[in-house]
Formats: sequence, structure tokens, C-alpha cells
Amino acid sequence: MTALITASSLGVRLGGRRVLHDVDFRIAPGEIVTVVGPNGSGKSTLLRSLIGAVRSETGTVTRKDGLRLSYVPQRLQIDPSLPMTVGRFLDLPTPATGAARQAALAEAGAGELPARQLADLSGGQMQRVLLARALLNRPELLLLDEPTQGLDQPGSAAFYQRIEALRDRTGCAILMVSHELHVVMSASDRVICLNGHICCEGHPETVAQAAEYRALFGSGTGGALALYRHEHDHGHAHDHDHGHDHNHDHGSAPRHDHAEAG
Amino acid sequence: MLDDFLTRAVLGAVGVALAAAPLGGFVAWRRMAYFGDATSHAAILGVALALALSVPIFAGTLVVALAMAFLVAHLTDRGMGADLLLGVASHGALAAGLVAVSFVEGARIDLSALLFGDILALGKGDLLVIWGGGLVVAALIFWRWRRLLTATLSADLAFAGGIDPEREKRILMLALALVVAAALKIVGALLIGALLVIPAAAARPFARTPEMMVAGAAVAGVVAALLGLWAAWVFDTPAGPSIVCAAVVLFALSTLTRLRG
Ligand SMILES: Nc1ncnc2c1ncn2[C@@H]1O[C@H](COP(=O)(O)OP(=O)(O)OP(=O)(O)O)[C@@H](O)[C@H]1O
Ligand SMILES: [Mg+2]
Repeated sequence: MTALITASSLGVRLGGRRVLHDVDFRIAPGEIVTVVGPNGSGKSTLLRSLIGAVRSETGTVTRKDGLRLSYVPQRLQIDPSLPMTVGRFLDLPTPATGAARQAALAEAGAGELPARQLADLSGGQMQRVLLARALLNRPELLLLDEPTQGLDQPGSAAFYQRIEALRDRTGCAILMVSHELHVVMSASDRVICLNGHICCEGHPETVAQAAEYRALFGSGTGGALALYRHEHDHGHAHDHDHGHDHNHDHGSAPRHDHAEAG
Repeated sequence: MLDDFLTRAVLGAVGVALAAAPLGGFVAWRRMAYFGDATSHAAILGVALALALSVPIFAGTLVVALAMAFLVAHLTDRGMGADLLLGVASHGALAAGLVAVSFVEGARIDLSALLFGDILALGKGDLLVIWGGGLVVAALIFWRWRRLLTATLSADLAFAGGIDPEREKRILMLALALVVAAALKIVGALLIGALLVIPAAAARPFARTPEMMVAGAAVAGVVAALLGLWAAWVFDTPAGPSIVCAAVVLFALSTLTRLRG
């Protein structure tokens, strides 16, 4: 299986501190991978190295030729001196047609925003606009850094459904960072537990049982796992009535590794 | 027509206002106001060096301003606090320039012209430098517009879109050095930064997009140039500072109108 992007023995040093080391990572077309880890564990740094924004100290990052990727940063601060409408923002750096912009905004649940000033948006609205912009160049790989922060509860639930629908429709692979462990467990094909290095990775259920994961997330783990199981049972027992098909064959079947000891 | 010194002054001031407009936007959005000051103060050193080495003044100021811009950018990237560093660079460049000027034999330099401009002494060669430099700046910024804007919004978004934000920064620094070298004769080293920032600030309240802000800054800059020259003629005041004062008045009017409305 050809990976879209591969990092091998990646190490990153920022401001003299070793932030990441010995990270081996690959993502296949159509895969949904979630990175979890405590604050400061290097999740954002991993995503930023994948887009080429931070230089690696060791190891390499290689992309499939001509890979179309989109990135949603953890936050985007707009200087108040910069006037910028949402519509104009979606035009950067590649111009898009008005119809395409409107479709992307609608898909991200921000259809009413195109004329608003970027600096005036609330946190959740900004998050939706960033997602709309990311969808515009029809990515093969979507990198999302805590995409549901600031989204209201229904917004967050709808977000994960949208992501899964997007993957099913376009075959786009998704790598996201999240702190919402319970949702992550049900929405991902693979979970990576990061703390400077990859502590454990694999199928959500496997990871949730790994000692490394429990050591990091402690008491939250039981709840997360229960929820995960619940949603799975739910999906199978009630004929997928909430739109999640967990037996779905994604053509290029995602890797379901077993957790390895870090 | 160009034989009339007043015509030359008007053409020069308008040319500089137009050249400064697109750059002024980026100076504001990227919080480079003090960076602009440090770069323009370095122009004084450039003049001294140019005279000492007998090379054209324009070349001297361009090279030294560019060197200053790259040096400061480099040190800022090395993690030194930008504000502190710019304080050192800006004042250091001014002082070093003034000292260097005093070394140039014969004291052929009119210090007040260097600091505040000498627009009525504008020659045809100066006009060529101003409009030529301005065209290059406009072309540079027009060519890279989307990439510059993306890199200004966020370096990470730029990287993800296949844009190298460092390269875009270097392009802005080149444009800045060109504007500094072109504007030195008009407003002088001390007020070039004002010409960049104030028209852009005057345009901000009415702009909804970056393009509108640059267009507004160009209009405000040209109006300020004409008003300032008129005032200098009527009240016999120095032209460069008068132009800047006119720009401040426009800024005040624009801000007040917006606050009322
Ligand atoms: N530019 C920088 N210079 C120095 N250190 C940095 C820089 N950026 C990040 N770091 C450090 O690198 C470590 C990892 O940061 P990173 O932003 O990747 O964490 P994270 O896992 O995304 O955290 P969070 O959950 O809070 O978003 C942190 O200890 C942080 O202090
Ligand atoms: Mg982060």
C-alpha cells in the first residue's frame, strides 16, 4: 500500500528542547488517524513537520508525488489591522469560484459567513471557516489540529460525522489531533498515542487497553473505552441508524496494527 | 514641464506615495513599523558610505538598507526579542549614520536634508529613481500578492500551501529597501516610516479587504502629498514634515468619521 506521507525516525528540536524523537509514521489513502497525547507532547509539532513548517533534526518526511494536502492549524490569530472577509480568505493562496467557496462553507457548516470579517469571528466560526478553506483544494490528505475546539456539542458531533462522510465520499485521508478521547475512539481507524515519541498506536480498542495509554490518560480510559464499545454495539445492533458503518470496506483497507510497546 | 521645480516636487511626492501604499499594508499587517524605521535610519549610513566610496547615493542607500533589513530579520529569527532588537537597531543605525556623515570630508552633506528631505531640490535623476523604484516595488508586490498575503496570515498556512514564507519575507524586505532609497530625498530618513504607516492606517477603517486597504492607502498618500506640498508652499514650512502632517490629519478624519458612523 502506498503511503501518502511517511515520516521515518523523525526527530525535532525546538528552542534547544527535544520535542519529538524516533517517530515513524505513515498514513494510507482513506485512513482516519487520530493523534492523542497530553499538552506539550508534540502533537502540533508532528503535524507542522509533516507540512514542512519545522525542520527535522533527524529522519525524513517524504510525500507521495503531487500530494494535495490541506492543513487546519490549532489556532489562527488575525492582526486587527488586516481587513479580510471570509470569502476573500478562502481565495488564498489559490483563487476559487464563488460557487466553490459557497459549497465549501456550506459543507463546513458556515454557509452564512462569507461576507463577515475574519477578525470578528468567534472561535467556533473560525474553526468552521478554516475547515471550509481546507476542503477547497480537494485534498487527498487533511491535517486537522484540534479541529473541534470551540465547537458547540452538536457542532462537534456533526463535525466528526462530516469528516467520516468526507472520507467515504472522496477517499481523503485524515490525520487529526484531538483531546476528546471518547469521540476519537469511535471515529478513527487508528489512534496514535504521542508523548515525545509514539507510545503506542493501533486500532482504537487495542490502544485503549495498552499500558502506555492507560499510564498517560489514567482514569479517563475506562470511560472512553466504554463509550467506544457502546457506540460500536449501538451501530451493529440498530442497523447503523446513526449513519456510521463500522464494517464498511474503504477499498484500501486501513491498517489495524496492534499496539507496540514504545 | 519637468524643468519646473514645483512640478518635479509634485511628481516625486506622488510617486513615493504610490510606491509606499502596497508596502504600507504589509508593514501594518506584519507589525513591521519599527522594522521600517530601522531600515530607513540605515539609509543615512548608506549616504555616508556612498559619498566616501564615490558610488551613486541610490545604490549606497539601497545596499545598506537591505543589509540592515536582513540583519535584523536574521537576529529576530534567532529568538532575540523583536521589540528590544529593533530599538537597538533603529537608534544604533541613526547614531552610526550621523557619526559616519561627520567623517565624510568637506561636510558636503546637508544634514537637515538627509533627515527631513529636500523635495524642492529634486532633480530629473531623482524622479527617475523614484518612479523606477516605485514601479519595481509595485510589480514585485502585484506578482507575489496572494503568496505574500498567505504568508502574512500564517507561516504554517503558507507552508501547507507550498509557499516558503521566508522567501516572501525577503521579497518584502527588498521592496522596503527600494522604497527607503526612493523616498529618502522626499521626506528624509526620519519620516519614511511615517509615509508607510500613516496612509495605510488612514485607509484601514474603510477597508473590508486587503486590496481596498492598499487602494485607500494610495489615495490617502497622494492626497497627503498634494496637501502637504501646498501647505509647504503657502506657509513656507518644510515639505517632508508637512506631507506627514497632512497624512496624520487624513488619518484623524478617517478614524473620527468611522467612530461617528
Ligand atoms: N517555537 C517553539 N520554540 C520552542 N519550543 C517550542 C516551540 N513550539 C513548541 N515548543 C515546545 O514543544 C513542545 C511540544 O509542543 P506542541 O505544540 O507540539 O504540543 P502539543 O502536543 O500540540 O500541545 P497542546 O495539546 O497544548 O496543543 C512543548 O513543550 C512546547 O513548549
Ligand atoms: Mg497542539
